[in-house]
Order: sequence, then C-alpha cells, then structure tokens
Amino acid sequence: MEKPNISYIEELSGGDESFKTKILDILKEEFPEEKKSYQTNLNSGNFELTADNVHKLKHKISILGLDKSYEIAVAYEDNLREGSTALSSEFESILQTITNYLENL
Amino acid sequence: MKCIIIDDESTARAIINQLCSKLDDLIVLDEFPNAIEAIKFLNQNEVDLIFLDIHMPDFTGFDFIQTLKNPPKIVLTTSDANFAIEAFEYDCIVDYLVKPVLLPRFEKAVQKAKSSGYTEQISDTNDTNQSSTDKELYVNIDRRLIKINIASIYLIEAKGDYILVKTEEKNYTVHSTLKKIEEKLPDNLFLKVHRSYIINVKQIIDIEDNSVLIKKDVIPVSRSNRPELMKRLNLL
Repeated sequence: MEKPNISYIEELSGGDESFKTKILDILKEEFPEEKKSYQTNLNSGNFELTADNVHKLKHKISILGLDKSYEIAVAYEDNLREGSTALSSEFESILQTITNYLENL
Repeated sequence: MKCIIIDDESTARAIINQLCSKLDDLIVLDEFPNAIEAIKFLNQNEVDLIFLDIHMPDFTGFDFIQTLKNPPKIVLTTSDANFAIEAFEYDCIVDYLVKPVLLPRFEKAVQKAKSSGYTEQISDTNDTNQSSTDKELYVNIDRRLIKINIASIYLIEAKGDYILVKTEEKNYTVHSTLKKIEEKLPDNLFLKVHRSYIINVKQIIDIEDNSVLIKKDVIPVSRSNRPELMKRLNLL
C-alpha cells in the first residue's frame, strides 16, 4: 500500500516552517474528529452523512499524497450516495494508515 | 483585492490562506467555516473575491451564492470536479479549483478574477426587471436560512431585538431590526409607517385617520409618515 507523505505541504510552505507546523497541527486535530464522525454515521446507517464525511476525508487523503487511495475514496463516496458500503474496508484501511502516520509525525 | 474564504474544513481554509499570502495584492479579510457567518460579514463589509467551498453541510456553496443580492467575484474550491457544469450557470463564478490546489493554478484563478468582465449588478427596482434575488429574502432562524417571497410579506413588526415578519403563508420571528430589513425591501412596495411597523402598501385594505388595516391587523401610522403614505396611494 502507498505511504502518506507531506510533499504537497512542503511545496505549499515554500520553506515556511511555521505554516508547515500549523497545517500539520490542524490535520492532527481535524482528521481524528472527521474519522470519528465517519464511524458514527456509518454505524448508524446514515449513508448520506457518511458520504459527506468521506468527501471531507478525501481532501486530506489527497493532501497526504495518497493518489490511489484518493481514487478509492471517490468511488466509496459514490457507493455510499447510492446506499452501498462497498469499499468500506479498503477505505478504513486508508484511514488507519493515515492515523498511524499522523501519530508518528 | 479584498477576499474572504468559506470552507467547513480548517485544513482547507489554512491552505487557501497560505496561497493568498503568496500573492501581494490579495488581502484576506476573514475566513468562515460556514456560509451563514459569511453572509453576516458580507452585509457589513465590502469584498472583491470569495474563495468558496461547494460541499458544506446544511448550506452548500451554490445555496450561498443564491442568497447574495450583489455577489462579488467567486472562485469555487472543491474536492469534486463534478460541479463544474453547474458553476458555469453563475456569472459571478470566475474559476473552479479542484483540491488540493497548487500555487500556479491558484495564481491563474486570481488573475482570472482580476481580468474578469463580471461586475456586481446594481439591482433594478422596476418590478418587471427584478432578478430572482430581488424577489426573495433569506432570514436566519435557528441557524437555518429560510427563503421568504418578498411580495408575500404584508407586515413587519419590531419586537425588541426581534422582528415579526408576517406573510400570506406564515409568520417568522427573526433576530434583526426594522432598519436592516427595510434596506433589503423594495421601496416601491414597502413603507415604514410607524417606528415599529413596515407595511406592504399593496396590501392595504383601508385607511382611517391614523391607522391602516392590513389583512386583520390595524396598524398605527405616525403623523410624520402619513404624508408619504398618502403620496403612495392612487387617490381618486
């Protein structure tokens, strides 16, 4: 499986370390909240709200350079909007990879 | 250019803010996690450009645009390329950025905004030329923006920090002032007849001395406002 990276954030920062720190701090704070909201909505069977969660999470997936995972997230969001949870295990595996990555940053 | 950022994601707002900081002539006045807060800001501040997320809970970017009477230039920011076609339906939208956004593409969008021929439209008070936004008013009730057809409003009453908006369909209690709503209403339809009342002059049933009857409400008319009211009537 592909690994997360912060190439995009570094390019965006242009060497500005304070921005890099700021954006990583926001990611570390916002990602677990979105992940939790995703799980809550999925468990309660509200697929429309779950799709909204995936929509937000897929931006973070792209920020961390996970191109293939992003495609999975796009397809999973579509599935959820059609009432299907196909690709949920693949998506949750992506979330776990990001969780591990952010925890060790 | 003075701009604001609207996005429910903190990460996205921080990124757009960073991109704005790279361009000398962009000043970020503020950023907002939802459209409702931004509408309040826009009512009191002049903005040249909005970076607007489409996909937000409760109130999407497109819903937001429809509430603006004179929208400034807008650059959409989204994780989804599927909305591009809908974006072309709005003159105020000058570009469409798919996240994650990189500086060269961002710069191009800002250049497009600067060179865009779109200018804010001055509303026409002529009934026959009213745009859809002139015909509608959005009021904030319990963090939801409710659309009211302006022509259906027959009476607005001040009640402390609130106003009671009476329409043919139902009544709305809104946290606002008569002065604020008066600015949003067409002059040819509405008149403040008393410090606590604005009436729709087309809905008057009769006038008696210092009061008017509208539907079943008898509304006082202050002495100072009576001449203007009489001028509006088609007297035989």
